Amino acid sequence: MSLDRSRRRFLVTSAGAAGALLVGWRAQAQDDLPYLGARFAPQQLSDFVRIETDGAVVIGARGCEVGQGVKTGLPMLIAEELDADWSRVRVEQLPYGYIEADSGPGDRYGDQGVGGDAGPAAWTQLRQAGAVARWLLVQAAAQQWNLDAATLRTESGFVIAADGRKLAYGDLAANAATLDAPANPPPLKDASQFRIIGKPARSVDAREVVLGRTEYGIDSYLGNTLVAVIARCPYPGGTLDTLDDTQARQVTGVHRTIILPGPKSDAPFDGVLAAGVAVLADDTWSALRGRDKLKITWKPDPSWAKDSSAGLEEKAGALLGDDANATVVRNDGDFARTKKAPHTTTLSARYRLPFLAHATAEPPSATIAVTKDKVVLIAGVHDPDGASQLLHALTGVPREAIEIRLPRAGGDLGRRVHNDFVAEAALVAKEAGVPVKLAWLREDDLSHDFYRPFGVHELTATLDRKQHLAGWSHRVAATPRNWRNSQLAGKPIFAGLLDADAFPAGLLPNFQQLFHALPCGLPRGELLGGVHAFQAFATQCFLDEIAHATHQDPVVLRMDLLGAPRMLRPGFDTGRLAGVLRIAAGKIDWQHKPKNGHGLGIACHAGGGAYAAHAFEVSVEGNDLVIHRAICAIDAGRVLNPLNLQAQASAATLIAVSATLHEAITLKNGQVQQRNFPDYPLLRMGQAPHSVDVHSVDSGADPADFHDIVAASAAPALANAVFAATTVRVRRLPLMPELLRLI
Amino acid sequence: MPDNPFRRTKPEPVPPVAASAREKTLPLRINGKAFFHNGDPEMPLLWYLRDVLRLTGTKYGCGIGACGACTVLVDGKAEHACMLPVKSLAQREVTTIEDLAGKDALHPLQESWIAEDAIGCGYCQPGMIMAAAALLKRKPHPDDADIDAIPNLCRCGTYPRIRAAIARAASAPVEGKK
Repeated sequence: MSLDRSRRRFLVTSAGAAGALLVGWRAQAQDDLPYLGARFAPQQLSDFVRIETDGAVVIGARGCEVGQGVKTGLPMLIAEELDADWSRVRVEQLPYGYIEADSGPGDRYGDQGVGGDAGPAAWTQLRQAGAVARWLLVQAAAQQWNLDAATLRTESGFVIAADGRKLAYGDLAANAATLDAPANPPPLKDASQFRIIGKPARSVDAREVVLGRTEYGIDSYLGNTLVAVIARCPYPGGTLDTLDDTQARQVTGVHRTIILPGPKSDAPFDGVLAAGVAVLADDTWSALRGRDKLKITWKPDPSWAKDSSAGLEEKAGALLGDDANATVVRNDGDFARTKKAPHTTTLSARYRLPFLAHATAEPPSATIAVTKDKVVLIAGVHDPDGASQLLHALTGVPREAIEIRLPRAGGDLGRRVHNDFVAEAALVAKEAGVPVKLAWLREDDLSHDFYRPFGVHELTATLDRKQHLAGWSHRVAATPRNWRNSQLAGKPIFAGLLDADAFPAGLLPNFQQLFHALPCGLPRGELLGGVHAFQAFATQCFLDEIAHATHQDPVVLRMDLLGAPRMLRPGFDTGRLAGVLRIAAGKIDWQHKPKNGHGLGIACHAGGGAYAAHAFEVSVEGNDLVIHRAICAIDAGRVLNPLNLQAQASAATLIAVSATLHEAITLKNGQVQQRNFPDYPLLRMGQAPHSVDVHSVDSGADPADFHDIVAASAAPALANAVFAATTVRVRRLPLMPELLRLI
Repeated sequence: MPDNPFRRTKPEPVPPVAASAREKTLPLRINGKAFFHNGDPEMPLLWYLRDVLRLTGTKYGCGIGACGACTVLVDGKAEHACMLPVKSLAQREVTTIEDLAGKDALHPLQESWIAEDAIGCGYCQPGMIMAAAALLKRKPHPDDADIDAIPNLCRCGTYPRIRAAIARAASAPVEGKK
């Protein structure tokens, strides 16, 4: 997820000194270590590594696992340098690790956000944590054998002397834990020595998941927890007008109701998302029955009371003709002049993208206990640091007394970066004086989200007499993502919607990107694909349209644009993008177009050092789209866990397919119209391809987060395949209803 | 305030009520054990399993029978726990994901799910496994169309691995307990 995070990060590990990890650990009292330290302190070798006397290596996972594989992948980095036997490693989830250090507040375990883990910094930090633990074990063995540590080596949980003698880590751990950390970080392995990194590893949670034992946030209870559900104002920015809760409070099992004021109008959405009335009960069923009995009227915010998707589209149409008042995102050369050149052909198309919801499998939920001097939160959160700050602000409890446990979370897609549900739970629990388990129902989730923005894209290309691309214009009218969003504060109005460096920017001499803001009261946020998916659908479909109109091959057209392999700018190597495009074309057998009513489509995208291309083979059978083949080629640098990379690339592809084919949130009379899955249909088993063939290029480059890039290239490749199969160009998403309308 | 609000509570089996109280209660058989519910007979099985018995392997996803996250077996057939009031369950045998495995071995589907690493975020997988278990019970060697017809939703798009896991379990020789 390409989240823009401006928040300060004090990392105990940020100096790169792995020794600091040990200092951080030793400064802590045992009781403060809720999981790793308390029971097994003598064998604790760092914040992340504990070795039990039976030799079992326990590694702490710092990021919240939402299905992206960090709970498996990040401990692999540690285990690699530790030279542990991965098959015997046990992974434990770490809680959020706030510490007060001399230098100020810090994150004890480094970046615990969901998204910040893929980059080179995490590789270095976590490998160092493993290397320090290994160093301590080697020193302990050297002392025991009275040998020079430099003559010893390690392998799969043993220190081995030159003469073949072996000592198990478990037998060395107690002594190793008494030693001082090395003054300088020990050297890290060369990639050629990796035994764990780069090898396929299954999810460490798999067994618990299939047994139904995994405890998600929604499965947590604390003490005598009451369940809370909230009736929220259906109008963005609206307020509670009247409330009669008499009947609700008479429902058996219902304890009370609590009124939650909504956010201040125009203030950032940093706390609760909407005004609401919470119903607290013994169990979810009683709370729901109580909520049904509430008699509430809501007052819309007059600014947004008439919002509708149709109105936004109309407004977008009007704005797109008004270049003079647009925000210029990028302007290379002179696009307008290319239109006036003799023998110029102009092509233009508009693509319409609806609001999208996250619809995470596990809806937002939080279990919390608040007293005047302590808070315990159990919730799947993407930004535990932000949650900690928010809880401090809402309860006044010092941050060091706020404990955040990170259970496995049922999906994220960018939803959990917002802590609105944490704020709701905290306010309700504080008022109620008892621990609270806040439950969001699917109806709550679909109608109160931070939606992927609505936008209309207008692409215009000018072609010279030889049908070469002379100019490119990309105009967008969209609901800005940074509206009331403190994470994007200070960023331009188009932040998260248009990337001035996205393909094909920089590859054409006359190139412009213009942006118009569409005002709307619906909260907006990040969704898998992010800025990349928002614009790549339009750019990659439009390239296909240009290729078709000019009788060029869509792959050749893209290859010609990319030109010779080179670093166009930092993070964008044209050769690597051409490389994945070539693989996708090869694997789908692009040269041999099917003649049986099937169509092939292709697209590619790049960003942040990740490169992806997709190719699909589809046909339309009756009212159904059949995806016969799905190819995803990906180059995301060094691969940590190939099995997980395959899973992630396949997942990002199919999530994008789902959004492209079926999903839309629409506004009418100032309210979201969708309520539950029947009107927000997700991709089903029978609609999914039988496999997504993922082909990964391990280029050895720095590892890069690829989820957004994969999602970005999948959607237009699918739409291009639909065109190839049907000759119908769908420019309005979701694709299926529009396709069935057009054919 | 309770004695310790921060204490983590583990699922505790609810003791059967005394015989004298049984007349007013609803007898239930869940995972081979008898339970007596004396609350609202309209309470859906989903919330009874989760909030009362703390059997949280059965997940909430939609509450209207549209996503399959709460799939359980009732007399061996896949049912959505969110759509079943407990009063409809007298004389019926409910099996949840927690009791799918045998005493000494996982159910073949659980083994194959692990082997294929069909996890994703994992939230929908208990329901998926229960739906697949019902399918294999009905048809030990399902074809593609049978698998296509599984209505459960997976937001993470793990469908290809789920398909592979079902195929793997269907070709495994070992018979599952359920």
